[in-house]
Amino acid sequence: MSQPLLKVDLRSDPSLLAVIRSMMSQLCEGLGFSAADSRCVTRAVDEALSNVMRHAYKGDLDRTIQVCVRGLETRGRKVLEIVLEDSGPELDPTKLPARPLEEVRPGGLGLHFIRQSMDEVEYERTGSINRLRLSKYLVPKNAPQDCEGA
Amino acid sequence: MQISFRRMEKITIFDLTGNIDLATSPELRKALLHEIKNTRTPRVILNLLQVRYIDSSGIASLVEGLKASRDAGTRFILFGLSQSAREVMQLSRLNKIFEIYDLEEQALSS
Repeated sequence: MSQPLLKVDLRSDPSLLAVIRSMMSQLCEGLGFSAADSRCVTRAVDEALSNVMRHAYKGDLDRTIQVCVRGLETRGRKVLEIVLEDSGPELDPTKLPARPLEEVRPGGLGLHFIRQSMDEVEYERTGSINRLRLSKYLVPKNAPQDCEGA
Repeated sequence: MQISFRRMEKITIFDLTGNIDLATSPELRKALLHEIKNTRTPRVILNLLQVRYIDSSGIASLVEGLKASRDAGTRFILFGLSQSAREVMQLSRLNKIFEIYDLEEQALSS
């Protein structure tokens, strides 16, 4: 296992989301991600953290979310892996239904944004810990791409 | 996020600055719903030129504003979306639902 590029114990306070977004954006661009893919990763991490703050910790500002970012190489491809860990109740976001986009109503979009922004989204529960793993493959900047996977 | 507004005859323009995320979207939601439901301005316009980031809770606040506006029989217009804001509109397929312009002049003359 490679050394983390970034490891943060984040307080579950929404006012700190801007700090993480800034860090993720700069980290992605420094690693060679395109501006569009940097926005995808930043958005997914922001939405995943927001989900933990709202649903797992129910607005409690004094809980901890661990954010760990690693640069890996899988099958010859470079990938950025972000692992979020919280100690809220078991809640598998990968199994929750995304709401139909045809419905114009507030709410339910965060999961949709995460799935569309990342290449892989995995969840596991270990003891009392929820672990969400988000992965994004590095695509050369001049390659055609969009926000729905590499 | 900072929220200020300009009231003209039959139009209110909200000038927003900063990020619309989980920390700030409740304030925006409250301001929009107050203007639409209590003041019943015929046209509410949101200036997003200085908004760098909108998350799903921000989009939810805009959808609530749109629905309240439809219920009140008024118009709800956005202009000046950043690239990031346009992307989340497209991801949520709301870019065809909202009335969106690039510039304030276009929003005013629409």
